[in-house]
Amino acid sequence: MSILGNRVLRKEDPRFLRGEGSYVENLPLEGALEVTFVRSQLAHARIRSIDASAAESMPNVQVLTGADVDVEPMVSPPPFGVAAGISRPLVARDVVRYVGEIVAIVVSEDRVTGADAAELVFVDYDPLPVVVDVHEALKDEVLLFPEVGTNVSGTEGPQEHDETLFDGCDVVVSGTVESQRLAPCPLEPRSTAAEVGPDGRITAWLSTQAPHGDRQGLAAKLGLEPEQVRVIAPDVGGGFGAKTLNVEEILVVWLARKLGRPVRWTESRSESMVGLPHGRGQHMTFTIGSDREGNVLAYRLESLADAGAYPGLGSFLPHLTALMASGVYAIPKLEASSRSVATNTVPISAFRGAGRPEAAQAIERAMDALAAELAVDPAEIRRRNFIKEFPYETETGAVYDSGDYEGALDLALRAAGYDELRAEQRRRREEGGPKQLGIGLSTYVEITNGVGETEFGEVEITEDGGAILRTGSFSHGQGHETTFAMIASAQLGIPFERITVVKGDTDDVARGTGTYASKSTQIGGVAARLASDEVVVHARQIVADYLEASPDDIVLDPAEARLHVAGSPAQGFAWEELAARAAADGRLAELKAQHEWKADPSFPFGAHVAVVEVDTETGSVELIRHVAVDDAGTLINPLVAEGQVHGGVATGVAQALYERFAYDEHGTPSTSTFADYSFPSAADLPSWETVPMETPTPLNALGVKGIGESGTIGATPAVHNAVIDALGHLGVTHVDMPANGQNVWRALQEARS
Amino acid sequence: MKVTVTVNGARHEVEAEPRQLLVYFLRNQLDLKGTNVGCDTSSCGACTVLLDGESVKSCTVLAVQADGCEVTTIEGLAPGGELHPVQQAFHERHALQCGYCTPGFVMASVSLLRENPDPSEEEIRKALDGNLCRCTGYHNIVRAIQAAARTGA
Repeated sequence: MSILGNRVLRKEDPRFLRGEGSYVENLPLEGALEVTFVRSQLAHARIRSIDASAAESMPNVQVLTGADVDVEPMVSPPPFGVAAGISRPLVARDVVRYVGEIVAIVVSEDRVTGADAAELVFVDYDPLPVVVDVHEALKDEVLLFPEVGTNVSGTEGPQEHDETLFDGCDVVVSGTVESQRLAPCPLEPRSTAAEVGPDGRITAWLSTQAPHGDRQGLAAKLGLEPEQVRVIAPDVGGGFGAKTLNVEEILVVWLARKLGRPVRWTESRSESMVGLPHGRGQHMTFTIGSDREGNVLAYRLESLADAGAYPGLGSFLPHLTALMASGVYAIPKLEASSRSVATNTVPISAFRGAGRPEAAQAIERAMDALAAELAVDPAEIRRRNFIKEFPYETETGAVYDSGDYEGALDLALRAAGYDELRAEQRRRREEGGPKQLGIGLSTYVEITNGVGETEFGEVEITEDGGAILRTGSFSHGQGHETTFAMIASAQLGIPFERITVVKGDTDDVARGTGTYASKSTQIGGVAARLASDEVVVHARQIVADYLEASPDDIVLDPAEARLHVAGSPAQGFAWEELAARAAADGRLAELKAQHEWKADPSFPFGAHVAVVEVDTETGSVELIRHVAVDDAGTLINPLVAEGQVHGGVATGVAQALYERFAYDEHGTPSTSTFADYSFPSAADLPSWETVPMETPTPLNALGVKGIGESGTIGATPAVHNAVIDALGHLGVTHVDMPANGQNVWRALQEARS
Repeated sequence: MKVTVTVNGARHEVEAEPRQLLVYFLRNQLDLKGTNVGCDTSSCGACTVLLDGESVKSCTVLAVQADGCEVTTIEGLAPGGELHPVQQAFHERHALQCGYCTPGFVMASVSLLRENPDPSEEEIRKALDGNLCRCTGYHNIVRAIQAAARTGA
């Protein structure tokens, strides 16, 4: 029986459980200098001068400023569509544009001295007017880049309304959803180390999700060939989209070259909260129209996206939001558009979901608003509008590969006991007590491997009959060492325990894309499978040669880990025997194969049901149940996949109920530590009720889609809808996220007044 | 200042600056890198260790305060290659992903089960309020502690 589909315990666990994780911060690097960044305390200001004399009077302290840095500013790649003229200096030169921007670099022999010296770097600023709010930014009264002439960094879709869009609709409902700004908060803050070898070749240890991409980026910024840079990503403590090459990593490597000594930097949490990019920050307006029966005829989604101070990927993500705007529904007329604007805040980038949660949050609120208007059950309005035939091309051009949206909803409703929940809700409403019940649904589809990327896999049989699988994908918690070994084991028949997965070192793995956008298994896993298949082809040839047979007559019996003549199991070789003989004959190198797998996007989907209890006197909300059906196609390891869903759901609930990265009107962050930012703990969350569902994709040999972000995308709208559902009978139709006590209480006051 | 401390059964006499936090003393002076630092506000619990048998956030204790005390870190929980029942339960219940918060959760869980050998789910969740995880959504961590409790950990 194949190992695939089994709940195999993870190979990587023991080292983490024993405290033996090899995070960059744990790297011994003799003689390394420590870097401390001095960051702007002002959101928008002109730098008049920087006085580092007091800092440099400390022993062995050196201070560098923007004028010392001879690396060209960062410019977004053309596909991001960022307005020309917007670029980001690695260290601010004349102007700072957000609190947290680097203004100076302190280099010291140890970190404690660096922290002390950084306090002594005096920056004299001329404050400039600040723009934090996206609607204000759109007025172009305060410009971040005056030479560009506007704060608008990118647009998507038609910028003029089609005035006929809702013609023929009997009911038209509008509303807003602010998908608030979030801090990604991987538990490991970033850490970088770099040294230059005697030959000038650089080794950089990065806490990253994409070592190969970072190597390309570092080489390009430093004017080197990629071969002159080796990137090692050892164990990485979470990424969630935020950990890819940024200014800090480039500066550390640049410093190692400039100073001729190993250099390292580890950020504090408070630094990370403004140093690492943020996520979300889309302010959306939806309008939905239907006939009297609730058949949706038209939908409009307009988004005003906060791109932060240096628009980059954050300016592109609304493209994915627009692409996925219509969700799981067959909507004949669709208009999705966005504008991205620069503000004096931390730049926006990818965070678990990255553009797709926003789409789901808007359409799922819209469906509930329409259901409320028509007095139809939210489950029923969804049923009337589901896409039912696949493949399905949406009005925005997404081609959904496979799905069963009604099936997912049915599973979720049954697991939740939907009818009983509605009965309990009615009972509580009739009683009129303060603790009201809310039931929220979401049915979602998302896109993984959204821009159709490629991944590299290489399988090599070792002399002892085991195998090494090298993957260009990367794991920062996802469990590739287990899942990918399972995939190779299933194809080769070599026991799982004897397959070693190698990743994260650009010298060990020839090429790679890395791990983001939920695509590891569907491209990296499939590449591993196909490389394994090719190794088997090579092995059959060698066996055929040894047995003087035709390779067509040689078969692999995975259960026995043996290649033999078809119909004659005794005539053949176990992998150990074959590897040993091939090694003796100098043919072991033939038992190796590479594969690059490029895939179109896939479209995981699911249905969530959230149950909340809301205190109508205080506004406090408690999530008491959350049922999640997340279908990511065939599961390689359900244990690992469930873990992805659990964490994803928690992140989605965190947005719905707890987290918001907030600024005051001066652009000063008010949530820049873990003491201020409402990162939920175990005490804030319930257990998750996950329900299995597997609808294979026809797009690849494994039938797999992505799973990393599904839980997040499905959870937020279900919980948000549940809170509003609890209060619908009191006239509440809108609650800002996070739907915490304060925002719920405010919504109740507004409804009562 | 000289600090005399027994860590994972071994006695150390080491110089420490008065302002040095226990976590950096463990990591830098004693080279015990298993205790991680996840924040700077005593919020995340990644640095949890046992001080005289009780869990503390080692970022909230000065090294000099540990003078004369016994400290157990993740490295000392199960010497000799075996996993402690709590570690084993975390493995079997998939209660870790990136692993960064894991040493802190394991130490906090060991401390919890010493104080309350048979905690309810609610008691577990409240006891872990000071530890943060971004990967697991806590579900399997709670299950692991329940499983460890059943084995009498």
